[in-house]
Amino acid sequence: MQEILGVPAPLLFGQLLIGLINGSFYALLSLGLAVIFGVLNVINFAHGALYMMGAFVAWLLLHHLGIGYWPSLLVAPLIVGVFGIVIERTMLSRLYDLDHLYGLLLTFGLALIIEGTFINFYGVSGQPYAPPEILTGGHNLGFMFLPTYRAWVIVASLIVCIGTWLLVERTRLGAYLRAAVENRELVRAFGINVPLMMTLTYGFAVALAAFAGVLAAPVYTVSPIMGQHLIIVVFAIVVIGGLGSILGSILTGLGIGIVEGLTKTFYPEASSTVVFVIMAIVLILRPNGLFGRPRE
Amino acid sequence: MSVRKTILEVSDLNAWYGESHVLHGVDFEVREGEVVSLLGRNGAGKTTTLRSIMGLVGRRTGSIRFDDQELIDLKPDKVARRGIAYCPEERGIFASLTVEENLLLPPVVQKGGLPIPEIYELFPNLKERLLGASGTRLSGGEQQMLAIGRILRTGAKLLLLDEPTEGLAPVIVQQIGASVRRLQELGFTVLLVEQNFHFAARLADRHYVIEHGRVVDRYQRDDIKTRMGELNELLGV
Repeated sequence: MQEILGVPAPLLFGQLLIGLINGSFYALLSLGLAVIFGVLNVINFAHGALYMMGAFVAWLLLHHLGIGYWPSLLVAPLIVGVFGIVIERTMLSRLYDLDHLYGLLLTFGLALIIEGTFINFYGVSGQPYAPPEILTGGHNLGFMFLPTYRAWVIVASLIVCIGTWLLVERTRLGAYLRAAVENRELVRAFGINVPLMMTLTYGFAVALAAFAGVLAAPVYTVSPIMGQHLIIVVFAIVVIGGLGSILGSILTGLGIGIVEGLTKTFYPEASSTVVFVIMAIVLILRPNGLFGRPRE
Repeated sequence: MSVRKTILEVSDLNAWYGESHVLHGVDFEVREGEVVSLLGRNGAGKTTTLRSIMGLVGRRTGSIRFDDQELIDLKPDKVARRGIAYCPEERGIFASLTVEENLLLPPVVQKGGLPIPEIYELFPNLKERLLGASGTRLSGGEQQMLAIGRILRTGAKLLLLDEPTEGLAPVIVQQIGASVRRLQELGFTVLLVEQNFHFAARLADRHYVIEHGRVVDRYQRDDIKTRMGELNELLGV
């Protein structure tokens, strides 16, 4: 069997693939966090719980209404997005003029409530969710076996990430968003309904998290605590990429996924801590993150 | 010439930033097509007056009538939609936007805004700096031209300009002055806040002097020469 640096090639590529999959989820989630932080000035600790909610809503839709994977991919993010809009309107919007810490505490509390509620009804063991027929099976690429569903996850999340990036960087709406990140007050004085824009931004970013949740449902089991581990890593990624940088979060998310995969192959003991080691190094060398701009 | 219609009428305007009461009953009016300046020392309340008109202060009371409609309870975006455009003292050029994105950012709120070519005619430097540059790579003067230029295409009739000459070289100040005069010819109404009294004196049809959050005096353009002494005293020039 062919070996690379003393490691069998299929093992290496297998870990790289898992890294890319994880990286896709990291990218989708950290992208949303970066957008929320940039526009709303809120550190959204509920992001992991909302990702879990996306997966759970898809599972509930299947089990109670018989609604399958493809409609869920749209409907679940929509439902969770509306849920996010309610949170923003009733609670978050009252904290915008206060320190970041308040938003962080509120959303942390919300995460506990959301996860606690799901644990109460469904326990922590997790529910299986089968991928749609057409995405089962896989291809033998010669050097490795590529499961079709995993390839789909990478492609779908890349499309959504790039689409979001284009929306923010290349459209008029995106120019309003970027301007609002710098000076909300002035954008409003130009006649733009900034509070509405902030509400929709939160709803959209939360829907992205839920979309990641639906994508994740067939890969991991659908469990109320599936967002907990992920969210800590995603926060580290946002710090590494630089708060508020969209392209930075996407690239860092994918990159960290790959680095984790490589670490798992060559030095498995460090695979769950490597992210935080990188975070520490980045904070020492580039406190604003790899892609971040200094904020005043 | 017949007396022109009053387009902005501010009466008994009070404004607060948090607990501090900054404006104590400001009264003044601006007629259609006029250039009116608010003069006064630092901290007198000139900038706050402009910000209060836009709704950018914590709380305000009194009356602000624009085009025969009351604005006092409107949020900033609604005020802008009625046709008032604001150019802040710090210019507010967005660093993460290109020059072109900055120029096109304020949405059109009414018909009758200046077409882009006319804005370039007014500020030829802008056109040269358009290609790909980010907003903050511009010089101070270019930033000021961009800040004024971008509010001209929105269709707003009344322009609130806060210290457009601050920190600019004399030759640029002249250029800004010429543009404001040209804007008046084009039918815009301008409410100007200025520290640079000589700049304001050449441009404005009328002046109001603000002190401690109140209008304490008013001058016609022609009064200025005869009353220069008292004006200098009021402004501490």
